[in-house]
Amino acid sequence: MPTRRPREIALNTADATPNLLAEGFEFHTPSISEFFPDAILFGGTWFEFNRVQLVRLIILVVVLTVMAVIASRAKLVPGRAQSIVEMIIEFVDHSIIENTLGMREGKKYAPMLVTMFFFILTMNLAGVIPGLNLAGTSVIGLPLLAALWTFIVYISFGIKKHGLGGYLKHETMPPGVPKPIYILLIPIEFLQLAVIRWASLTIRLLANMVAGHIMLVVFIGLTQGLLFSGSALIAVAPFSGALAIGIYGFEIFVAALQAFIFTILTAVYINMATSDEH
Amino acid sequence: MILAEGTSEEVEGWKILVPEPQEIVWSLIFLVIFAVVFIKFILPRLNAVLDERSEKIEGGLKKAEEVQQQADQLKDEQEQELAAARQEAASIREKARADGAAIVEEAKARAEAENERILTAGRQQLSAERTTAAAQLKGEVGTLASDLASKIVGESLTDDERSRRVIDRFLDDLESSQTATR
Repeated sequence: MPTRRPREIALNTADATPNLLAEGFEFHTPSISEFFPDAILFGGTWFEFNRVQLVRLIILVVVLTVMAVIASRAKLVPGRAQSIVEMIIEFVDHSIIENTLGMREGKKYAPMLVTMFFFILTMNLAGVIPGLNLAGTSVIGLPLLAALWTFIVYISFGIKKHGLGGYLKHETMPPGVPKPIYILLIPIEFLQLAVIRWASLTIRLLANMVAGHIMLVVFIGLTQGLLFSGSALIAVAPFSGALAIGIYGFEIFVAALQAFIFTILTAVYINMATSDEH
Repeated sequence: MILAEGTSEEVEGWKILVPEPQEIVWSLIFLVIFAVVFIKFILPRLNAVLDERSEKIEGGLKKAEEVQQQADQLKDEQEQELAAARQEAASIREKARADGAAIVEEAKARAEAENERILTAGRQQLSAERTTAAAQLKGEVGTLASDLASKIVGESLTDDERSRRVIDRFLDDLESSQTATR
């Protein structure tokens, strides 16, 4: 449709089917199947290994190797790589742990929270690394397990501190509420405690990564489609290309932001479970 | 590496929220390996370095504080010593001034005494000499008077010319005898 303004095409392409557009324009519409690639190894078993697992494995090996090298060479006067790692650790220590649990109480949970932050951050960043192109957290397994890790930790520390009954009372019966309200409040709070917290952690992370990946695919695919359309639409390609680059930068930010949110919520949940009073 | 193309058949939307067993298995393996390596090896090593550094910085600060304290103490002591020294110097000066004044006073007194003594001695000598001279003179005046009388008696005193000569001669004699006695 040559009469349309280019910007509208760019914005409307995602939900339009290819044949609606100009001749020669081919656009691969991304779908959920992106996240369910074919098996590479052990197809059909419980150890089916596909592209998603390969991305995760690469990230795991690279991150652990690099971190192990940095850690084993750690010096009192840090080099550049060590400084960056220390900066991230101190960011978690100060911005997350100190603000929620406090430095004294938080020291116990610091290893877990730092690990969680590094794990989610690096797995998220796989989504913007050329060649990997898919965040390790954009398929439900990792977000779910990380959220369940949070769940197990706050439940177990809460029970350890208050006892099972005391913990349930502590979490589901906030003081200073009129008695009849508890009829409403206890089921809601219990549901929140038992399901909603970890489920929302999982879905927040997963949905952000899925959406980020789809946006990248849409705009990069669109740019390519426009560029090779062989018609006047080529003129629009730079705009969609610029948008793709902008979204790419935004995805890096989202990767860090989601890691931060996940970790700080974990810290908050632990704090809620182990605090003395509300 | 191939881009994520996915399976050819469509996947239903709800599947994205439901993990398959293999997904859980691999995720669990990765998460556990990552967590164990991080918590057991990487973080303790890095934290040790971080702690060591902060300890060193704290130690350095503490040491600096101690040194500062020492410096302050030394400065105080020095100031006290300086003040004491100043006081001592002032007292010494004061004493010296007093001593000087005393010495001058004494010298003055001694000089006065000496002066007095010399004056007294001079006066005594003078009076003694005068007494001697008076006694001598008395004796000589007697002799002279008898001499003169004899001369006057010996010569005729009528002639004025003569008498004047006699007196002149007498006076000359007197004068010469006086020089002789000197």
